[in-house]
Amino acid sequence: MIFSLILGFLLLIIGLYGMLTQKNLIKIVIGFSIVDTGTHIIIVSIGYLSGKTAPILDSTVDLANAAKQVVDPIPSALVLTAIVIGLAVTALMLSFVIKLYQKNKSLSIDDYQELKW
Amino acid sequence: MIKRIFILLALVGLVLMFIPFLRDFDFHKELSKLSSQYVEGSINDLNTQNVVTSVIVTYRGLDTLGEVTVLFLTTAGVGFLLRKKKASLKTRRSSELLQTASQFLFVLIILTGIFIFTHGHLTPGGGFQGGVLITTAFLLLILADVNLKFNYSILHFVESFSGVFYVMIGLFGFLILGMNSFLDPTILPLGNYGKLLSAGAIPVIYSLIGLKVGSELTTIIDKMGGE
Amino acid sequence: MISIIIIVFGIIMIIAAFLAIHLKNLLSAIISAGVISLLASVIYLLLAAPDVAMTEAAIGSGLTTIIFIFTLKKIKKGDLDD
Repeated sequence: MIFSLILGFLLLIIGLYGMLTQKNLIKIVIGFSIVDTGTHIIIVSIGYLSGKTAPILDSTVDLANAAKQVVDPIPSALVLTAIVIGLAVTALMLSFVIKLYQKNKSLSIDDYQELKW
Repeated sequence: MIKRIFILLALVGLVLMFIPFLRDFDFHKELSKLSSQYVEGSINDLNTQNVVTSVIVTYRGLDTLGEVTVLFLTTAGVGFLLRKKKASLKTRRSSELLQTASQFLFVLIILTGIFIFTHGHLTPGGGFQGGVLITTAFLLLILADVNLKFNYSILHFVESFSGVFYVMIGLFGFLILGMNSFLDPTILPLGNYGKLLSAGAIPVIYSLIGLKVGSELTTIIDKMGGE
Repeated sequence: MISIIIIVFGIIMIIAAFLAIHLKNLLSAIISAGVISLLASVIYLLLAAPDVAMTEAAIGSGLTTIIFIFTLKKIKKGDLDD
């Protein structure tokens, strides 16, 4: 499906734009989660085969000829684990944000210049 | 201002990189050889209806084991960063409606989660989705009572129990079936196609993954949401 | 038919993504990011991946939004400007 592929790339670019231009730390994490969603949509739409059904082989699928009737299961499996990891990484980033806010009382990235050169 | 120009240049470069990929992308009409083998093997060798489950648990089982490890590490990181200093008693209580409904819905949501991860080889869903649903039930409890204290020893016990048994089922493959069979689910009988007790060790492994994901995400939610 | 639904949902998702990045109010930005994930789960369902759709609906629009809101609550100010 070409439209969902384009949609995934657009979301990826918008999220990257947000991560690069915004000053607020929480906005940067939101941009990261948008990039995440865009990448997942790209991977799932690469595995889609038009006119075929989901890879659940119950009574609606002819078992003798199953490989001709279902979409690719591997991108689904990869994205499924990636979503859970994405949640855990977002939680870790947000706890860093909380820690930084407790230390410096500021959410703007301009106030954290210790590592700037 | 010069920063904005560089950002725009970088994004335009990214778009220029993507355009040839989109223009020359040809969609497959057939499954690739590897994917067809996974689908055939899921019917003939594993008796699993849900091909995604058989890919996650068996064919890419080592990948899933590593992924659960990453989840454990991030949970440890969140727990380290958000150590609780002292419990502050909050005076504002949540509404009566939320408190009553949470007690009623808690059991139902837990049961739905258990249904989803035990039927992972038959219907869409599995350990990850079931574990997240169990986390949602605990989230409801946290929202209803801000000063709720979880029993951490039970959480840690469930988490380490499921992790240890996941690896031990993998090692049983070594002992029973030989050197190439880490995480092979055929150590248990395969049963009839389409029944609950079928597909060898896949329901057991997916239930353990569900318990592990549920307890780890509950820990994350508790650390982030607790006062 | 599937392409029309994907185009309509895609336009809504792109608008929501712009809102999530440009809104000053952090709570509204977080809710917009949740809307993106919720519509993405419908798109996964149309692309014949029900497992991914379930995961995204539970995690992307449920738990991620809640974690962001918990962070805002810890920071104790709903309306910080840039």
